[in-house]
Amino acid sequence: MKRVDLDILVVGGGATGLAAAAKAWELGIEKVALLDEKPIVGGVLPQCIHTGFGLHYFGEDLTGPEFSYRLEKKVLNSGVEIYREAYGMELRYVKVDEKVVVASTSKGLREFHSKCVIIATGARERQRHEIGIVGSRPVGVYTAGEVQTLMDLYGVMPGREVVIVGSGDIGLIMARRFAMQGAEVKCVIEILPYPSGLARNIQQCLIDFNIPLYLSHRVVRVRGGRRVKCVEVYEVDRNLNPIPGTKKIIKCDTLVISAGLIPRIDLLREAGAVLDPSTKSVVVNEFLESTIPGVFVAGNALLINDLVDYVAEQGEKAAEGAVKFIEGDGFPAGEIKEVVRGRNIRLVVPQRLTGLGEVTLYSRVGRHEDNVVVKISELNFERTMFRVKPSTMLRVKVESSRVKESASSKVTISVEPKR
Amino acid sequence: MERKIICIVCPVGCEITVREKSDGEILVEGFRCPRGKEYALREITNPMRVLFTVLRVRGGELPTVSVKSSKPIPKKLIKEAVKKLSYMEVEAPIEVGDRLLENFMGTGADIIATRKVEKRLKDL
Amino acid sequence: MTVRIAVIGGGIVGACISRVLSRYEDLEIHLIEREVDVGWGSTKANTSLIHAGYDDDPDKYPVRASFCAWGNRLWRRWVDELEIRSNWPGDLVLAYTDEDIEMLKTLLRRAERNHVPEVHILWNREEIRRLEPNVNPEVRAALYAPSGGQVWHPVSATIAVVENAVENGVRLHLETEVRGIEVRNGEISAVDTNRGRIEVDWVINAAGLYADEISQMAGIDEFKIVPRRGEYYIFSRDAYPKVRRILFPAPKPWTKGVVVTTTVDGHLMIGPNAEDLPEEEKEMRETTVEGLEYVWNEASKLVEKLPPRRGIIRSFAGMRIEPKPKPDFIVKAYDEVLGFINAAGMRSPGFTSAPAIAEYIAKLLRDRDVKLVRKEKWNPFRRDIRSFREAGWNERERLIENNSLYGRIICQCELVTEAEILEAIRRGATTLDGVKFRTRAMSGDCQGSFCLHRIAEILSRELNIPLWKVRKSGAGSEIGVGNVAILVGDENEES
Repeated sequence: MKRVDLDILVVGGGATGLAAAAKAWELGIEKVALLDEKPIVGGVLPQCIHTGFGLHYFGEDLTGPEFSYRLEKKVLNSGVEIYREAYGMELRYVKVDEKVVVASTSKGLREFHSKCVIIATGARERQRHEIGIVGSRPVGVYTAGEVQTLMDLYGVMPGREVVIVGSGDIGLIMARRFAMQGAEVKCVIEILPYPSGLARNIQQCLIDFNIPLYLSHRVVRVRGGRRVKCVEVYEVDRNLNPIPGTKKIIKCDTLVISAGLIPRIDLLREAGAVLDPSTKSVVVNEFLESTIPGVFVAGNALLINDLVDYVAEQGEKAAEGAVKFIEGDGFPAGEIKEVVRGRNIRLVVPQRLTGLGEVTLYSRVGRHEDNVVVKISELNFERTMFRVKPSTMLRVKVESSRVKESASSKVTISVEPKR
Repeated sequence: MERKIICIVCPVGCEITVREKSDGEILVEGFRCPRGKEYALREITNPMRVLFTVLRVRGGELPTVSVKSSKPIPKKLIKEAVKKLSYMEVEAPIEVGDRLLENFMGTGADIIATRKVEKRLKDL
Repeated sequence: MTVRIAVIGGGIVGACISRVLSRYEDLEIHLIEREVDVGWGSTKANTSLIHAGYDDDPDKYPVRASFCAWGNRLWRRWVDELEIRSNWPGDLVLAYTDEDIEMLKTLLRRAERNHVPEVHILWNREEIRRLEPNVNPEVRAALYAPSGGQVWHPVSATIAVVENAVENGVRLHLETEVRGIEVRNGEISAVDTNRGRIEVDWVINAAGLYADEISQMAGIDEFKIVPRRGEYYIFSRDAYPKVRRILFPAPKPWTKGVVVTTTVDGHLMIGPNAEDLPEEEKEMRETTVEGLEYVWNEASKLVEKLPPRRGIIRSFAGMRIEPKPKPDFIVKAYDEVLGFINAAGMRSPGFTSAPAIAEYIAKLLRDRDVKLVRKEKWNPFRRDIRSFREAGWNERERLIENNSLYGRIICQCELVTEAEILEAIRRGATTLDGVKFRTRAMSGDCQGSFCLHRIAEILSRELNIPLWKVRKSGAGSEIGVGNVAILVGDENEES
């Protein structure tokens, strides 16, 4: 197997990986390589043809492919080596300054020996079986990302009469896409009593196109032989269970599932990284380093993000962490503070703090609340917020000094009602 | 007249109310920035949207290129715009930012390519 | 003089019959299948098991009792010859009540009479646990049949058998539906299909769910086929705990019960239930909330723990065959219609028995004066598509060296490369399901949501059809309705 020696290997060439690779190069690291499994880099960005990307990162409102292209250009103009159609199959820890990733490429297997690895492999979508939809298994049941790929990369019209499951931004955006291409979008079905996407997307995707939104409903059954013929939809109770007698049959030939994302962390799991069930990913410190020394994780592989700007930011953070790791030949051992999920906090990253780096906490609440204070009591941090909801990520920056100064071994982030 | 709309300019999505008083004065409430106020007023009179869709590509690595209008166009023209664009086929290679059509449908907006499409190499 | 034989039905039974008969000279064998690919009927979705043979009562159901253990033995050789993915973990039938225990004793007696090797009852809980660490700790006894096994997927096995049959001269007619059987002067003379008439001397009815209709076409109306639906859950490869053996409850007269097994490629699978449907519903393969709940509850009784529900990656249903009036195979030739043989009513253990039934059919033909002379050059071997996933690192290097497309991974969940997908297409796959059953692509955690379009792209290129026209399975299953402009643009535009 051909061996390639590197300082930093980035696995995944979406927004996260591209930003990480560009940053690593910018910080003076010479031997940087990026692996991406597809012939065209950018992850899902090239198929996200709508605007809304880069308001923070570039200060402009770009389409997905434009955002991806800018990052790609940065990397192409650097000395980072890009391996396209390369798939990372195995990750091994050898010693503090050597990790091995075995990848399959059309030129053969490659064994990358790298001081640091940044995992930026993104996420996959939940599919229909994972949300308990029974019935037949005809063609026409797709995840939102799939139909987006079919339509906006491959120019295929997936169907004419569409029902969309999930009112997150991805589902809303595909509702609009279908409507714009002349399909009849029957409705968007949302299991919770409130929509999970941005209000502006409710406006520009549903209201603008007269697409009904059924809250507190779920699709229970798909019918159809070779192709979807209809779906059976029920209203749900507080426990999200179908209420008998509320069945509605909606005729359609396409069912689009937009029911959430799951981080892709097989490489990390198999390498023994400690997992966090609340994020469905791995435990990291403020450098976004996993429990495998020198292996960093960022972007949707770390936790599901709302904005591409954040995944790019995390990619850069991971690169900064990797550079610091290389300079210091690892991070010094020391006291680790545990980040604890307090009231109404469903998940938070990082889960551990060394106190050696600037801290950006990315977090999500478990339920809607108005007029609250986000608190980190041990660090004397408070921020008032008008509204918090599960679909909008909280992002909190804390200086490393505050963390170091705190005597407590724990750092608790919580959401409290404003008094 | 009173209309509630959600501003789409940025991810915050302010709920803006536009009200016409009996004396004809227009009141706009609920915005958090001047762009929001501007958006709300325009939405009432002549709503505009940025158009984005895909065009077919000949001879490219991918069969489509994603495009957008260089600025918002009247919302009521969007349907026809998509229809007109569906007839178009563009030849690869295409660069990001290529102006594929100028002053589309007299709106003053151009149709710009947002994705790079390389020319397809013949398979051996 | 060439004897012309039509085998109706390209499921596992028809496939095995074709393969066995392809061994002999001067036979012109037509394997007729109405679907786009083989194995898509009753064969398509069952538990994939190769039963040991202790379950069938030799007094009440002598036909299936005689074929099951025989089939099991034949499969051991066939899976090697045909490179069919399989393993042989052994069956554990678990007893919790006194009734169950009595049933185990009955099964043991049946095992002896059916010549099933090495079957014995374990009375010691520790011993049972050693065989199966995840067994329900309340188990009181277990029947262990080491010869129980399974294949990765019955369609994949059928494909392997058919490939070998075709290599040895069998003519495969796909998308060919038998509309009538011509009988002249009490003798078979031809079959009528949607693609024309085939003159034959023998018709072997292996039409599975529709064997009753085919039999009636020949004038034999002795049985009905009732569709029996069975639902299943499959878990992610990362879902634990799994099981080491194939676990059964003590059987009822009408069903072996809900099984818990770890599939050949490492996914825990539970199912099936058994629901008889009306005759008209032979294609009603829908899963139901109640059926799947039943499967979950019954499976839970066999193990200490099932993985959490969020580990489920797929649920599906298959349609089994239940012959009426008698739940036994109908394998015979008829004097009333010379040249007609039924290989029908292949309820469980139909898949297991298929090779044995095939050998028996050869014997039936010989008994009816068909000269069966072995070919000198009959090739028993068929090579599977070389799998990247199953190769060691060195072999993977070699595979890529010889064919760079082995370096292009298309299905990540199952590590299937472009080289394998192309080979599947070369071997006859024209649909996404056809690729799936030849390569395992799309059968992993994401169920194709990442790779469906890439596989479709390859099919589109190789079959020279527009991408939207690529089909998942048969006609009407195209992945799209046209190109992206079809609903807004001019209808006269070419796609």
